[in-house]
Amino acid sequence: MANPKPEELVQIQYPTPSKGWMDPAVEFRKGTYCYSALARNLNYLGLPNAREWQPFDADWKLPPDWKRIILDGMKERLEKFRSFRLFMDICVRCGACADKCHFYIGSGDPKNMPVVRAELVRSVYRRYFTLSGQLFGALAGARDLTEDVIKEWFYYAHQCTECRRCSVFCPYGIDTAEITMIVRELLNLIGCNINWVLEPAANCFRTGNHLGIQPHGFKDSVDFAVDELEELTGIRVDASINRKGAEVLLVVPSADYFGTPHYYTFLGYLALLHEVGLDYTFSAYASEGGNFGLFNSHEMIKRLNAKIYTEAKRLGVKWILGGECGHMWRVLHQYMDTMNGPADFLEVPVSPVTGTRFENARSTKMVHICEFTADLIHRGKIRLDPARNDRWNVTYHDSCNPARAMGLLEEPRYILRSVCNQFHEMPENTIREQTFCCGSGSGLGTDENFEMRMRGGLPRANAVKYVRDKHGVNLLTCICAIDKATLPPLLEYWVPGVDVAGIHELVGNALVMRGEKERTTDLRGEPIDQKEVAHA
Amino acid sequence: MPAFEVNGKTYNVDEDGFLEEPGVWTKEVATDFAGCEGVTELTENHWKVINYLRNYYLQFGIAPMIRKLCKETGFKLNEIYAMFPSGPAKGACKLAGLPKPTGCV
Repeated sequence: MANPKPEELVQIQYPTPSKGWMDPAVEFRKGTYCYSALARNLNYLGLPNAREWQPFDADWKLPPDWKRIILDGMKERLEKFRSFRLFMDICVRCGACADKCHFYIGSGDPKNMPVVRAELVRSVYRRYFTLSGQLFGALAGARDLTEDVIKEWFYYAHQCTECRRCSVFCPYGIDTAEITMIVRELLNLIGCNINWVLEPAANCFRTGNHLGIQPHGFKDSVDFAVDELEELTGIRVDASINRKGAEVLLVVPSADYFGTPHYYTFLGYLALLHEVGLDYTFSAYASEGGNFGLFNSHEMIKRLNAKIYTEAKRLGVKWILGGECGHMWRVLHQYMDTMNGPADFLEVPVSPVTGTRFENARSTKMVHICEFTADLIHRGKIRLDPARNDRWNVTYHDSCNPARAMGLLEEPRYILRSVCNQFHEMPENTIREQTFCCGSGSGLGTDENFEMRMRGGLPRANAVKYVRDKHGVNLLTCICAIDKATLPPLLEYWVPGVDVAGIHELVGNALVMRGEKERTTDLRGEPIDQKEVAHA
Repeated sequence: MPAFEVNGKTYNVDEDGFLEEPGVWTKEVATDFAGCEGVTELTENHWKVINYLRNYYLQFGIAPMIRKLCKETGFKLNEIYAMFPSGPAKGACKLAGLPKPTGCV
């Protein structure tokens, strides 16, 4: 299948639609949807209605009583989640969110305005759960629930990356991501899921991580990284797995020890944690920070997340350190404590290097590695030579969830300004809490969804183009594994000449380790032009 | 389930054209699948990558880290892309009969 060229795709039209929004018909055009989840993955997770089907099929093989299941599911969630009922009731359709969504900007499809995307559900809510909707139907903005509505929900719930940019602009604070989450959860009740979400979830259940890496494979990868780091730096680090009695459990996204460029960030963690002498261990059971349950259902979030505390307890650690992962932090920051806590067997995290007590992690007992590293730099505990990153002219993409779900805005920038000499921000309305999504988050980073990903990523890529052209930026840094996987093809498509890296890759490059050999290459094995050593 | 027909043979594949059952792989699979991945001829270097992937998969049940694949075969990532235009995780894995890696990759 040939993908559309950038010059074709950028011709985005914003015409007035020929039909009203209440018409649910959608066309599953190649490049704009994700494949269905395989029956074996549903079976593995014990989810209903496992079968062979695809979104482009006319017959979705829904269970005979699908309508009752959906309406019962809505009723249950309206009672269980006050936020869901509130978000169904209070929208005044002011339109502040309309042009804030990257999928609307990149596609021109009005149903990708967050207000309309939510309206697809609100209309059904009105029809079955409000008096006005029951009495006046379409006049009151109510729609019948039909199979076409289910298909429409599926299409648009998977054209929302749950990035929550729209909610920043909503005067009522409506969190459209939570509406998308509920829609996906409802679709899940009748077996309408996508494989890119459920296969990682099933893998995570089976082997402890999304990629399906078994314990001996995990060890093989960690050992390889330790060997390679020794070749690069002359220093042999200890990266233990499942070591009882370690002070800290380190949980990272599995892509960090599988993919590129993630892997260089993994080397950066190993170098840094060795240099400061942190007593930490990995776990083969909790070998995944990410949680694709977030893109499926609350129940699945809880099931996948439980292993982190369970393993922390089994290993007897004091607190948990988390790596550069995006949506992981939404789960850890906003759900873990109440879903699987309280973790009263852990201690409030204290950095053994600086003595800093991370009060912000008092309840979850889990610290972001950028918080940990920024504290090390602030207290002058590590030596850095930013000149080793001089081949890079750097900008920073606020990964949606660390930025908007946990407010991690300053620490990454503080680190970057300490480890590299050239740093330029993208325009104000595309960073920090207003950051634009990569366009592939929430399980949508599939090949078959390529066109929609490029459309959704256009606003981010456009901001990168601005700093590339104005300042010569050639490296986009980020702290999310999905970013690291999906920004490279996005930038290759829209902004050639800009690479992607994690922050701890640059930390690892700049870190002057005690006893290291003369560094001739960076962590990628590329030559560095050594100029001078700065003392932090 | 989609089927891939080539050279008079039929393979059960997933929607992306990956072999449905990695266990049925033979060298013939790599030859038969090469065309659809933009590989015109399987050279000795191609086989080096394919055989490494296949052996790693048999031992660990998954593809190796991309960095490890490069190091152990002696090819740089761009050289692997030159051999397998859709890359190590897609093109090379498909020819070696490995399932497509999923998650944040």
